[in-house]
Amino acid sequence: MFAGKFLEKIKEKFSSWDKNAEKYRSKKSLPRFFTISGEDINELYTPLDIKGSSADDYFEKQINFPGEYPYTRGIHPTMYRTKMWTFRQFAGMASPEETNERFKYILAQGGTGLSTAFDLPTLMGYDSDQPQSLGEVGKCGVAVDTLADMEIIFEGIDLGKVSVSMTINSPASIILAMYLAVAEKKGVPLDKLRGTLQNDILKEYIAQKEFIYPPKPSIKLITDMMAYCLKNVPQWNTISISGYHIREAGSTAAQELAFTLADGFCYIEAAIEAGLDVDEFAPRLSFFFNAHSDFFEEIAKYRAARRIYARHMKERYKAKNQRSWLLRFHTQTAGCSLTAQQPENNIVRTAIQALSAVMGGTQSLHTNAMDETLALPSERAALIALRTQQVIAHETGVANTVDPLGGSYFVEALTDKMEKEAEEYFAEIEKRGGVLTCIEEGFFQTEIARAAYQFQKEIESKERVIVGVNDYTLENEKIDIPVLKIDKECERKQIAALQKIKAERNNGQVQVLLDKLKQVATDGGNTFEAILECSREYATLGEMCDVLRSVWGEHVENPAAMQVS
Amino acid sequence: MEKKVRVLLAKPGLDGHDRGVKVIAAALRDAGMEVIYTGLRQTPQMIVDAAIQEDVDAIGVSILSGAHMTLFPAILEELKAKDATDIILFGGGIIPDDDKTELEKMGVAKIFTPGAPTEEAIKFLREAAGSRSPKE
Repeated sequence: MFAGKFLEKIKEKFSSWDKNAEKYRSKKSLPRFFTISGEDINELYTPLDIKGSSADDYFEKQINFPGEYPYTRGIHPTMYRTKMWTFRQFAGMASPEETNERFKYILAQGGTGLSTAFDLPTLMGYDSDQPQSLGEVGKCGVAVDTLADMEIIFEGIDLGKVSVSMTINSPASIILAMYLAVAEKKGVPLDKLRGTLQNDILKEYIAQKEFIYPPKPSIKLITDMMAYCLKNVPQWNTISISGYHIREAGSTAAQELAFTLADGFCYIEAAIEAGLDVDEFAPRLSFFFNAHSDFFEEIAKYRAARRIYARHMKERYKAKNQRSWLLRFHTQTAGCSLTAQQPENNIVRTAIQALSAVMGGTQSLHTNAMDETLALPSERAALIALRTQQVIAHETGVANTVDPLGGSYFVEALTDKMEKEAEEYFAEIEKRGGVLTCIEEGFFQTEIARAAYQFQKEIESKERVIVGVNDYTLENEKIDIPVLKIDKECERKQIAALQKIKAERNNGQVQVLLDKLKQVATDGGNTFEAILECSREYATLGEMCDVLRSVWGEHVENPAAMQVS
Repeated sequence: MEKKVRVLLAKPGLDGHDRGVKVIAAALRDAGMEVIYTGLRQTPQMIVDAAIQEDVDAIGVSILSGAHMTLFPAILEELKAKDATDIILFGGGIIPDDDKTELEKMGVAKIFTPGAPTEEAIKFLREAAGSRSPKE
């Protein structure tokens, strides 16, 4: 792109600029300029910082046009001009009824997709009436015990029209089965259903820690579901490979990028090994990234992610279908960046983070509410969060052109650097024996914990300023925004509803189907259809998970994964 | 030589978010304390038994799931039942101000909320452990 002669000239100009700039550099400047991930940043970027840019095929190979390999600039030729990103606000709290109400509210306010948050017992495969669930029912999402709860959550919502994302991992098959059963009852054909299941168990072992079974059977559950959906629910994204939680656990941007893609490749290899054709399942894979506060670093991360993925899919996994090469992703702004102090400032943080996701070419977006370090979002806070996206989409003009920062010397250099760091991590993971071994030995977990501690130390030494926390603080601050409280009655009501279902369903048939599930899991058959049959008969999530626990056992974290420094 | 402060850190309940507890563990260790981290999904009974077994000065508990009003009282009960109320109980997490006040009234020595520097926890533990009179 840049001819050798042109670069020579810039090199000459650069040294004279540098000499001149020296006069302006003073001892007053900060000792270090670095990203939120701790990467040093140059004072200035020029074409000299873009490696290989004098080669004839540089542009085509590294950047190219949007919608063209390696998709650095975006997966669609026209991006937001023809297809706005989906405004997908994550919601779910307390009872199925309250969640249904919030969903209808979000849709009425111009939300274009739904995203379901479940409570911890549901995420961990327990029913509301099991002892492990005490005090947790409905607290950080909605409680789902049986098909009846899913029927209430989606009551009055046209499942053929709205795309629904569900944040669930270990029991993902069960929740999807219940969702399909709701659609069947509503008479919506399964091939009309659009949505995404998070279903990314690897990042649970690495970061979020909501695991039930050991890794191998967990991956089997996933490939079973993929096989079923390929045939029956073709528009469903069966897995959303997530860096979000890795970043929230304290990783750097490069770690988020590398570990997430490494997880993705691990699933791809598992699916190929299970006999699926890469070009059949890969177009249904999607990704989920964090949008943290370091604006340019995040944009570079998304651009690098697309390029790395396309290269690996084409060259390493020999995918031929171009749709297999596309990294499509959802973004959520960084919950861990929000502060309990002066919570209104979180609106500003979220807006800037959301802007980076849009400039980085996201397909859908969740913006956090300002009060999420205090509790689940109040309705007012949730509305401001949605409005933030609408302001970016309609008022700022950033959606008018594709990849507006493409060609920025800084952003291109940073994109290249991200790719290089990710490749170095892939080599390291490979050397250590692959993703599963790295999980078992605590490699990812320790890398992340170390980065999180480093970040905290930088805040405490004030090397890093967090507005309202370690600088610009208010004396005797009193938080006066309304905070949502989950009624204690919620747990009692949910348990009562569950017990009613258990009394009214055909218990003989439920037992027959649970036994059948056990047999299928023991024999290594496809578990998904058996789970679907159980779900239709109102078997509970806890009953199904208990059956699988009895066959596969439970995962316990290796002490090596708990090391802190 | 001054006796080293011994602390047991734990995550009760179903919540798996362990970033905070690991940061605190590292910070307390760097401050010269002895730290035992139990890992995830510990019941109140497991936590209190481990604390007695390890003869710690304090138990630190991290809860981000909203179940704090159930789990802290359960640990306090367990301490009482095992005649171990001399062990200091402190905690951190996403805990609204009203709940924080209530928990501190119940007998939780201190609750740290988001944004609290680790320095504060270190200072608190040194003072609290220094003035503690362990039961024989």
